[in-house]
Amino acid sequence: MLVSLKWLSQYVDIEGLAPEELAEKITRSGIEVDAVIDRAQGMTNIVVGHVVSKEKHPEADKLNVCQVDVGEESLQQIVCGAPNVDAGQKVIVARPGAKLPGGIKIKKAKLRGQESNGMICSLQELGIEGRLVPKAYAEGIYVLPEDSVPGTDALELLGLRDTVLELGLTPNRSDALSMLGVAYEVAAILSTEVKLPEINYTASAEKAQDKLSLRVEDTAVNPLYAAKVVKNVKVAESPLWLQHYLMAAGVRPHNNVVDITNYILMEYGQPLHAFDYDSLGTGEIVTRHAAEGEKITTLDDQERTLQAHNFVITNGKEPVAVAGVMGGANSEVSDETTTVVIESAYFAGQSVRRTSKDLGLRSDSSARFEKGVDPNRVIPAAERAAQLLSELAGGEVLEGTVLVDELDKTPARVVVSPDFINTRLGMKISLEDMLSILERLQFEVEAANGLLIIDVPTRRQDIKIEEDIVEEIARLFGYDEIPTTLPESGEQVGGLTAYQEKRRIVRNVMEGAGLFQAVTYSLTSAAASQKYALKAEETTKLLMPMSEERSILRQSLIPHLVEAAAYNVARQIDSVALYEIGSVFLGQTAEGLPFEEEHLSLVLTGKWTDNAWQGEKKQVDFFVAKGIVEAVFAKLGLTERVSYVKASVDGLHPGRTAHVLLDGGVVGLIGQLHPAEQKQAGVKETYVAELDLLSILNASTEELVYTPVPRFPAMTRDIALELDRTTTAGEIAEIIKGAGTKLLKDVKVFDVYEGEKMAPGKKSVAFSLTYFDPERTLTDEEVVAAHNKVLKALEAAGAEIR
Amino acid sequence: MEQQLKQLEQEALARIEAAVSLKELNDVRVAYLGKKGPITDLLKGMGKLSAEERPKMGALVNTVRENLTDVLTAKSAALEEAAIQEQLEKESIDVTLPGAKVQIGNRHPLTRVIEEIEDLFVSMGYEIAEGPEVEKDYYNFEALNLPKGHPARDMQDSFYISEEILLRTHTSPVQARTMEAKKGEPIRIICPGKVFRRDTDDATHSHQFMQIEGLVIGDNIRMSDLKGTLDALAKKMFGAEREIRLRPSFFPFTEPSVEVDVSCHKCGGAGCNVCKKTGWIEILGAGMVHPNVLEMAGYDSKKVSGFAFGIGAERIAMLKYGVDDIRHFYTNDVRFLSQFHRSEG
Repeated sequence: MLVSLKWLSQYVDIEGLAPEELAEKITRSGIEVDAVIDRAQGMTNIVVGHVVSKEKHPEADKLNVCQVDVGEESLQQIVCGAPNVDAGQKVIVARPGAKLPGGIKIKKAKLRGQESNGMICSLQELGIEGRLVPKAYAEGIYVLPEDSVPGTDALELLGLRDTVLELGLTPNRSDALSMLGVAYEVAAILSTEVKLPEINYTASAEKAQDKLSLRVEDTAVNPLYAAKVVKNVKVAESPLWLQHYLMAAGVRPHNNVVDITNYILMEYGQPLHAFDYDSLGTGEIVTRHAAEGEKITTLDDQERTLQAHNFVITNGKEPVAVAGVMGGANSEVSDETTTVVIESAYFAGQSVRRTSKDLGLRSDSSARFEKGVDPNRVIPAAERAAQLLSELAGGEVLEGTVLVDELDKTPARVVVSPDFINTRLGMKISLEDMLSILERLQFEVEAANGLLIIDVPTRRQDIKIEEDIVEEIARLFGYDEIPTTLPESGEQVGGLTAYQEKRRIVRNVMEGAGLFQAVTYSLTSAAASQKYALKAEETTKLLMPMSEERSILRQSLIPHLVEAAAYNVARQIDSVALYEIGSVFLGQTAEGLPFEEEHLSLVLTGKWTDNAWQGEKKQVDFFVAKGIVEAVFAKLGLTERVSYVKASVDGLHPGRTAHVLLDGGVVGLIGQLHPAEQKQAGVKETYVAELDLLSILNASTEELVYTPVPRFPAMTRDIALELDRTTTAGEIAEIIKGAGTKLLKDVKVFDVYEGEKMAPGKKSVAFSLTYFDPERTLTDEEVVAAHNKVLKALEAAGAEIR
Repeated sequence: MEQQLKQLEQEALARIEAAVSLKELNDVRVAYLGKKGPITDLLKGMGKLSAEERPKMGALVNTVRENLTDVLTAKSAALEEAAIQEQLEKESIDVTLPGAKVQIGNRHPLTRVIEEIEDLFVSMGYEIAEGPEVEKDYYNFEALNLPKGHPARDMQDSFYISEEILLRTHTSPVQARTMEAKKGEPIRIICPGKVFRRDTDDATHSHQFMQIEGLVIGDNIRMSDLKGTLDALAKKMFGAEREIRLRPSFFPFTEPSVEVDVSCHKCGGAGCNVCKKTGWIEILGAGMVHPNVLEMAGYDSKKVSGFAFGIGAERIAMLKYGVDDIRHFYTNDVRFLSQFHRSEG
């Protein structure tokens, strides 16, 4: 909403208040002023000129040499390129030394040999947007009324010595979508009065009802329809003040009839529509639902097909307007119009909203109907239009109003106790102060039995409940006055859940291991949504994605992490170690939502350790990734319950991929990207892992209890085995552990050899076994006996001891 | 004999003096003081001496022996010291060379902001509530006083999965779910999480971002409690000297509703580019929970009241760390991420 302060001052006294100061007061008490716009924009030396004569420029076809009276003794010669300049016109002249918006300075100049003492201006040159300039002057200079006095200040005449406040209205404050609404708000802030426009005109003896009949078919959608009939209207340009108020409000002037309807739209917030009575042709108005498929050509010359739930105004035969949205071309006011029907109506917000959406047509009218106009301004707005048509367009207003009125116009009553207000706010505002604020708002209020009985004017449709009054009192009393307290301590003790605590521990492990936390998008492409997924289930797709890249919810975090790694590698960061904790979206639960499972993923590429001057460099490999995964499980106390098996996952290296099992169930994967994937992503050897963090963090562990520090020495025995290349160390370790000796405390792989000293297809794996008894020092015989059990078990399993 | 002894002593002292290694020194000791050495021999030959001379000579031999032993010990200590010195010299290093690097990663800046806020509120007795990113229209809108057809919930602004399901546009549905689950009990939660809006990604917009919402419901929760709580939040995030101010605003789920500004941490309120010369920066929206929201979740709005607030983690991080482009948070450039490694204060 653009509010011209010049216009506003017609209704409320803002004299002596700097625009910035007023803006700050308005903002602090509830409506945000987004901008304070000085319409003069620093312009100087711009005066009214009278073009006394115009001659073609001898050297240039498109230029004219004008002699202009600027209120001085001698005429000034000005060269003008506008096509519409002519002798006899009153025009806007920027004199030498004038400043125009955009830092333009006017100087004396010679144009193709002809002296030019200034410039004849268009409105655009004065900083008015082209879309607001009346069509007649859109392509040339602006022509002032004949009675303008040469040499006087043109900016004053054009209403440009004005400031406009741009209001950023929240949806609840549609009351401020009108000058009067803003006036009420400003009056409440400044504790002053609102001066309403005085409506008086002399009606002709002829009765409107005799000229126009009215039928409303659905008073639920259209509870009030008022029509005024005005005859002998002379369609012409509006007076300058009216045009410039409209331009200040962001509306383009057309002709006096249309401009008056727009002026009242802005003044009262009540959309009006003007029909050409003769074009209606039937002397009848019927408002009804459209027939399915019915067509209308709207004022913008678009043919529109209607649906049965759209509401239309008809002449009894065919639609002449889409109710509350836009008029029809068939009944448009033109230069030939003499009799005008002014419609002022109330249309249900929902209906207008739906129709405006159906037609993809939003207008100043529809925006106001959607939010609900003031029921008590519908008829006054019609009267105001009649008055202005008689004053400004020479019209004769026919007696009476053609009316169907079933609209409830009673104010909303809110009953609230001052105690409630103070309790809610944590304040001690006196009853007197509350009453004073409500009076400033011009709410009817009665204090009785410790209660405030408030009748809220219908212009404030946002005020319905006690809490709304709390807000009104607080905002006008001043939010700065609210003290700062903290909620009384209840019984609740705050804290993280076990899951949340463990998740933070996991973050610490990952970062301690040298990884940076990444955050990537939940939405991805169809191709990436299930890539590397631990569990591929039914996917969740957007109805209307903005792009294919972000059209579907992910089932694995790995693709975006690989993308992030590639992004870094492409910027000469060769070594990347990232992790992410985020949800994947799987299938559907009974609620109809996808099951969201939090996962932990990592990506590693490049060097793992780089200690260049000492010659130590290690590239990441499978076991680096696995080591990090193991560290997570170790920190969560799950090491003993986790195992790793070789696995095959699409997109990962078939020989370097493992599933991670917790209590025998798959909870994760570790692997190298398939070389083809690496190539495609533009990365070198890259390792990834993804864990089902939800299951892992929910795996409960026993309470931590101290075990005595060993007092007796442990004994170790080494075994080297010759194994098939395909036999895993894990399998052998299981055999060793399962050999049935309680004394065995630990099994470690300390050497793996494949090479020329081994038979083809064979490898050597050496284990170190630790035997220990917490109660005493083991004897050699006991260790030998235990170790022999292990050896037997290995032999029984076919392992060859070297 | 005495003559002989003196000569031996002189000889031995000279060899000790000349010795350059512990081994050489040991050889000297064995050669002169050993069981087969000349001094032992001399002692053995003392039988030939008269009873008068014998003790004199014995004392003399002992003196020589003690003297030689002392000198040997001293020389040995000197040689050991020299050897240690030599070793230390050899082992000396250039201490200015870099240490073996311990690579430590760090939290994403958004997580850092979120955890900082979580910790503050946990210390004030809050729990952390989480909920799904894909939500029912009911929890995302309807339960928050945004019935179907409400102007503030345009299909165009949200990512819908179906008529009834969408990607949550704020973390408020977690509040709605918590209220429903608590069945009238007091609540003190904050809800961090990812949210989604139909925005084209640019320097100031992101289709995915992080929000942290807070909700307190109980007997006699006042607007002053909201102001005090947000004051504590502003001071925690932007410094103890910060102040807040409330401006009236509108959200369908709160009444009254406010926008909250914090005094500019860059200029202290004097006016600068960060605060657009106003001295204040808008950081969040808040308000008293709308009675419709309470009633819909089964709370008696006549008996209990509450406040709620919502804050964007990106906005806080951008202001706090001076980040100029929201896309940095989702590009995961290591040169960006690794800047958030150290503690502050």
